Amino acid sequence: MFYQAIVFLPLLGAIAAGLFSLRQQNSAAIAVSVSGVVISFILSLFAFAHVAMGGNTEIVSVARWINSGTFEANWQLRFDTLTAVMLIVVTGVSSCVHIYSVGYMHHDKAIARFMAYLSLFTFAMLMLVTADNLVQLFFGWEGVGVASYLLIGFWYHKESAHTAAMKAFVVNRVGDFGFVLGILAIFTLTGSVSFDAIFADTASYQNAVITFSGISLPALEVVSILLFIGAMGKSAQLGLHTWLPDAMEGPTPVSALIHAATMVTAGVFLVCRMSPIIEYAPIALDVITIVGASTAIFAATVGMTQFDIKRVIAYSTCSQLGYMFFAAGVSAYPAAMFHLTTHAFFKALLFLGAGSVIHALSDEQDLRNMGGIWRKVPVTYTMMWVGSLALAGFPFFAGFYSKDMILEAAYGAHTGVGMIAFWLGCAAALLTAFYSWRLLILAFHGQPRASAEVMSHVHESPNVMTLPLIPLALGAIFAGWAGYELFVGHDMAAFWGDSIFILPSHTAMEAAHHVPLWVKLLPIVLATSGVLGAYIAYVKMPHLPAKIASACGGFYDFLFNKWYFDELYDRIFVRPAVLFGGWLWRRGDKGTIDYFGPDGLSALVGRLSSRLVHIQTGYVYHYAFAMMIGVVVLLSWYFSGFGR
Amino acid sequence: MEFSQITISAALPEFILISLALVMVLIAAFAKQTETDGEGSIKLVRTLSLLGYFAAFLALFSVPDGRIVLFNELFAVNDLVIYMKGLILVGAFFASWLVSEQWGEGVDRPEFHLLVLMAVIGMLLMVSANNLISLYMALELQSLPLYVVAAMRTSSLKSSEAGLKYFLLGALSSGLLLYGASLVYGFSGSTNFEAIASSLSGGASVGMIVGMVFLLSGLAFKISAAPFHMWTPDVYEGAPTPVTALFAIVPKVAGMTLLMNVTYSAFGNITDQWMQILIALSVASMIVGATGAIMQQNIKRMLAYSSIAHMGYALAGLAAGTSEGASAVVIYMTTYVFMGAAAFGVIMTMRREGTPVEKISDLAGLSASHPLLAAAMMVVMFSMAGIPPLAGFFGKWYVFLAAVNAGLIPLAVIGVLTSVIGAFYYLRIIRLMYFEDSDAPLDDGASHQNRMILIISVGFILLFFFGIGTLSQEAVSIVSVYF
Repeated sequence: MFYQAIVFLPLLGAIAAGLFSLRQQNSAAIAVSVSGVVISFILSLFAFAHVAMGGNTEIVSVARWINSGTFEANWQLRFDTLTAVMLIVVTGVSSCVHIYSVGYMHHDKAIARFMAYLSLFTFAMLMLVTADNLVQLFFGWEGVGVASYLLIGFWYHKESAHTAAMKAFVVNRVGDFGFVLGILAIFTLTGSVSFDAIFADTASYQNAVITFSGISLPALEVVSILLFIGAMGKSAQLGLHTWLPDAMEGPTPVSALIHAATMVTAGVFLVCRMSPIIEYAPIALDVITIVGASTAIFAATVGMTQFDIKRVIAYSTCSQLGYMFFAAGVSAYPAAMFHLTTHAFFKALLFLGAGSVIHALSDEQDLRNMGGIWRKVPVTYTMMWVGSLALAGFPFFAGFYSKDMILEAAYGAHTGVGMIAFWLGCAAALLTAFYSWRLLILAFHGQPRASAEVMSHVHESPNVMTLPLIPLALGAIFAGWAGYELFVGHDMAAFWGDSIFILPSHTAMEAAHHVPLWVKLLPIVLATSGVLGAYIAYVKMPHLPAKIASACGGFYDFLFNKWYFDELYDRIFVRPAVLFGGWLWRRGDKGTIDYFGPDGLSALVGRLSSRLVHIQTGYVYHYAFAMMIGVVVLLSWYFSGFGR
Repeated sequence: MEFSQITISAALPEFILISLALVMVLIAAFAKQTETDGEGSIKLVRTLSLLGYFAAFLALFSVPDGRIVLFNELFAVNDLVIYMKGLILVGAFFASWLVSEQWGEGVDRPEFHLLVLMAVIGMLLMVSANNLISLYMALELQSLPLYVVAAMRTSSLKSSEAGLKYFLLGALSSGLLLYGASLVYGFSGSTNFEAIASSLSGGASVGMIVGMVFLLSGLAFKISAAPFHMWTPDVYEGAPTPVTALFAIVPKVAGMTLLMNVTYSAFGNITDQWMQILIALSVASMIVGATGAIMQQNIKRMLAYSSIAHMGYALAGLAAGTSEGASAVVIYMTTYVFMGAAAFGVIMTMRREGTPVEKISDLAGLSASHPLLAAAMMVVMFSMAGIPPLAGFFGKWYVFLAAVNAGLIPLAVIGVLTSVIGAFYYLRIIRLMYFEDSDAPLDDGASHQNRMILIISVGFILLFFFGIGTLSQEAVSIVSVYF
């Protein structure tokens, strides 16, 4: 009951809040949804203590779900260390966001609906992380997709919001397609979708092949890459990342919950969860490393040039997710999970802080119209500093431990791709520090660029919005220090138990602790230079950025336009699809199905009907004639020989 | 001829109604002389005929089971005949009950009920006919009173026109039927159904088939199957509404049963031949009925086309030539009687400032002014369109199932397509009632008997699916006499 409650309390909260929203009982809706999630968080703490610290794995049965032929999927909740970590992250951040939303959304009439969606999302995410088999995981996976769609498009009267919601959904479908194929491949291979059954003898499938249209491919590689495609969609990795910046159309608490701490990390979670399979797929690991490292540097370059405060943070998220993936790619899953956890705290903090700024500036999101407000919003300002320090990886903040661990692991892997990842990661670290301080300086310092009227309204957010920042800030400061030994240090093996599997030959985690000193120092140096660079560019010489931008010309445009990914996709996929769809619609649907179907039939019926009305002249001899014709036709039918 | 106990009990319903008719002739004759007492005698005649139908219905239960042949093999009863007689009597009871004493339109005369009674006697004899002679005699006994009641509204040109048309075309169809009967007699040497059947055991000669085509054409006129349907819309529209109700509900049952009798017992050995005629009639009727109704503005005219389509569906079951098909026809006709009673139960409450109105557009906004009436009409229309779980759905379902199982898939496909087209004009009425406003609402106050009929028939339509299991088994067992 205890474990089920963690998962189902948010669902109950969502249902109740949804019902209350029908009757406009906003405060009741807020009360149930917030308390559902907060209780779930408190229970999660106990679960964490029992499962992760105590080293127990709990499998809790809920119901038999699908039982069809040889396919069997029971509805079971699995609580191991991996799940317990995610539980803390999900329910913790979700609780803060729920409380924050009460303040942030209090002007909105539909706040009850918003709270219901938030709780629904939390439930789906919990289903995802507690899944005991792939089908159940997929249920949660799609559940968060739906909830994310609803939340991004929450202000559905805004054209851009529902376009963004649709885009998120469609892009995720691409990834989901890979994920589904991956699940099917695993079922074909092992005959089961349950984790225990799949992982029991993965090693024996090492040489198995999947033959597809005459080509034989190593089965585990195929499975791993398919699963990773799914993860790429959810975690906005290079190629499938385009939805994440657009998703900032949703209310800011949504960005903090979904697009920083929870949903986008589902891909990382999936890769760690499937480590017993992926470990046997060296090519897939390399692919993951390369994609992750490319994403890290790509998103960081784009983040430098954006002016929407939330988009900067969104690209930063994208970049940090890249770090987590290349950590997983070099078999440093614990490092990936460690960064996932610390990142959840400081990124949620940054988003909520940004939300506070936006709130203070009367819904202004453009950095060019901000500035000079740091004295008026001291709490927010402090929080943004804490978040940025943690993000940039300054010593003793959370990001320092986790990001450095990742870079050291990449270096320690001693492989080609590992080194590529290491150098790209270091470059991204420099850029990260740069854009973080660019954001801080542009948003808070310098001359106010907002209108006088907006400036007169600038005010610190209410307590209900600033208080939830405090636990997140504490996390951003201390999570790295507190979690280091457990997640990636000496207690690592005992802590993770069986939930993460690393081949003994993959020694990146171990080697990470024995890297040269310069490797340890380099990220700090780079971060400091990034900060200094931002200081010079935006405080000392404010004309410099524009000069550089114009000097670089095409390159700057390339970055500013997000490497033209959207335009590229528009050309390659969207327009042909629209053209093809339009053709199908005109020729296929209207031209064929409608023409001969509904429209054609109704026209035919209309013609027939008016013909009949004409025949019905009212003259008896016409009627008699019709009867005689009828007899004659029937007779000639027989005489012409058809009737025999 | 010997009147044994069995004779009396087997023909008891007919005996009761004929005796009653003789009494009513006298009452009607004397009522004429004392005009002042006219209304009282109408009431008396109407009550008597209702009681007569009721008594005849009860008398059906005294008919012994199994096949009984009486009166020099002119008259036969079996389970199917008994069931259909019951259906006819129920329909006749509804039709007469619907007519209030003050209806007007020329039906407020004692003779009206007398003539209807005579027609019902004709129908009962029709379904029992076991010989071409008795068939013709019963058919004419049914038809002649109906010609008269169609023209009963002497003040209306339309009514007279309807009566005359019906009479002329009816005479033509009788001619076809008689010509066919004489050919059949000539080639088989007998007018008795069993004798005809045994003469056909070796297959049919050309003359026999010509005779059969003529005979079936004459019968098709009675059930208004296309292309012998042309009289239907004009007569339905022109005749006084209570007469239309009678036409719509009762004679179709008798005609369909007669058709079953003739095809299964007289021509039971040449199923392949008559099947083709019935398929042709069925397809033509379904198409004409469905498409013809769309353009209509008059609700009686629309229901005329609707009944043509219904006959097409029932014929599809009959055309299957299997016991499954025959039982489907039994189910179909059962639902048909109740749907017809309910539809006319609504139509006959349609009055504006005391005058009956019959335009489809007069139903606009009915849901606002008469919610219960509109709900009843909605149920009837949905049922006629074949929407589950209403009675009309099951009728169509069994018919099409039988057609498919007999390999007549194109017929079933046409049936489904025409049902879709048909749904258009049934749903149009619902749309009018529920989604359009009217500036001149209809009068309040349905009569007591109207309300009762609506409760009974709509209740039947709604609750039909509880009884469909029993009814379908029963239908299979009563048609087993032919297979």
